[in-house]
Amino acid sequence: MTSALAVRGLAKRYGTVEALRGVDLTVEPGELVGLLGPNGAGKSTLVKIAVGLVRPSAGGAEVAGAPAGSLAARRSLGYLAELFRFPGWHSADEVLLLHQRLSGSDGGERERAELLDLVGLTDARRRRVEDMSKGMQQRLGIAQALVGSPRVLFLDEPTSALDPVGRRVVRELLERLRGRGVSVLLNSHLLSEVELVCDRVAILLAGEVVAAGTPAELASTRGVEIETAAGVRSFPGATRDDVPRLVEELVGERIYGVRVLTSTLEEVYLEAVGGETS
Amino acid sequence: MSVLTVVRYGLQEAVRRRVFAVVIVLTAAFLGLYALGNHYAFRDLAHVNPPAGIEPRPFVGAFIFGLAMFATLFLGVVLAVFLTIGVVRGDAERGLLQPLVVRPLGRSTVLLSRWLGAVAVCVPYVLAVYFAAMAITDNAGHWVPDRIVTPGLELAGGVAVVAALSLLGSVFLATTANGIAIFMLFGAGLVAGLLGTIGHAINSRALSHAARIAAWALPFEALYQDGLRLLTVRATGLTRFVLQLGPFGGGYVHGATVRLWAVAYVAIVGVVALVGFARKDL
Repeated sequence: MTSALAVRGLAKRYGTVEALRGVDLTVEPGELVGLLGPNGAGKSTLVKIAVGLVRPSAGGAEVAGAPAGSLAARRSLGYLAELFRFPGWHSADEVLLLHQRLSGSDGGERERAELLDLVGLTDARRRRVEDMSKGMQQRLGIAQALVGSPRVLFLDEPTSALDPVGRRVVRELLERLRGRGVSVLLNSHLLSEVELVCDRVAILLAGEVVAAGTPAELASTRGVEIETAAGVRSFPGATRDDVPRLVEELVGERIYGVRVLTSTLEEVYLEAVGGETS
Repeated sequence: MSVLTVVRYGLQEAVRRRVFAVVIVLTAAFLGLYALGNHYAFRDLAHVNPPAGIEPRPFVGAFIFGLAMFATLFLGVVLAVFLTIGVVRGDAERGLLQPLVVRPLGRSTVLLSRWLGAVAVCVPYVLAVYFAAMAITDNAGHWVPDRIVTPGLELAGGVAVVAALSLLGSVFLATTANGIAIFMLFGAGLVAGLLGTIGHAINSRALSHAARIAAWALPFEALYQDGLRLLTVRATGLTRFVLQLGPFGGGYVHGATVRLWAVAYVAIVGVVALVGFARKDL
């Protein structure tokens, strides 16, 4: 089956700055992949190359089997940019109508109503963009990205302007999209969010993938802690399989609890990027 | 379908930014003042004793309508520039362009549509102001140009050339820089035309040559010159000679060749803009 997104040896140089240095990444159909990394790691550049806004210096990317930037690729994708703006004088409905016309969608009023409902903007259908809060505009941006039922969705920081309720709406939306077989590449700084919804995660640092896998694969065991009457005893490096042996070794001691410690995505991330922030 | 959608989008944006409102107010002010000027110029004509060989009515008519041609070109250029000044880099910097160009319509369609949108507004506008000014002059002084339609079309063509240059500039320059660049080019073209007139008057080959090169390099100026020439193409003798020495000059670069060159020029500018836009990282 053709990958929703296949990136091979992707490199991008802006003058003397290497934004991407030989990135390989795939997103399979129906898969939700999170892209993490500090500011300037190359996440947005990767997404921009995939949607055809930026030309790669080397390597290539394919969207639904078509070269990134080609007409066929652009027919298959939906995109929400990190920094975007819709004309302030358009209403929410008009924004979606414009994008229906540009994408050749024949979904009509029904599709627009569905999308506005999906992002919780049904009541703001006639409201002008300039009268919307930043969070509402962000949700409208997500609805816009879904016009024409794209097979692959590229979301660059889709929840950056959303409050906790808005984030939850987006999370539920992503899960529904996965249920429909839509592939998503989610570029986000919110690790907890990525951990909750993504099937796989790739961490970029200075233009390179430094860690990739499922959240479970990345969350390595960090040791075992056993709570005894004498206090908490730590066994760094021990795994779940070591627990019976460790308990046996503590014969005679009162044991109140055993905890197998695993890394959170945040710890994995911090370890991978080595404290880099930009 | 996509072309019409982008054309409509561009025009809605212009309405919203009050570009049309500003141009309509300026146009009304110009036409009002122009009517007043015509009234006084032709009223006082009876008291004028021109030198022998000069016919006062064609002289005043052509002179004052030449002024209207300049004003019409200027207003048309203002409109064209403000419709196209930030189409690529300006809109990209504001985040308006990216959601559009990732759609399956192609960057070339976006650029072409925005040019067509500007031309669809500017050409009727220039022709409307041109014919309104002509009607005012005819009403006040009973004078009409020797060629009625072609100068208006050439003015409109000149504005279409400026719109293409402004779009090209928008690919590479930020909005303010592009606006400055286009108005400087426009000014340079007009100054070159005046230099050509001076060169003609003092018989300076160097000045005339420089003006001719400028007119070919900036064909909106050549079209404007040709339009001015056609106003009095049937005038003869001293009247014609004096008209050519006037502040708005005569057409030293003219004819079908320059019109064809203007079409080719727009095509070349368009291709450069398309290639530049296709290679541009957004």
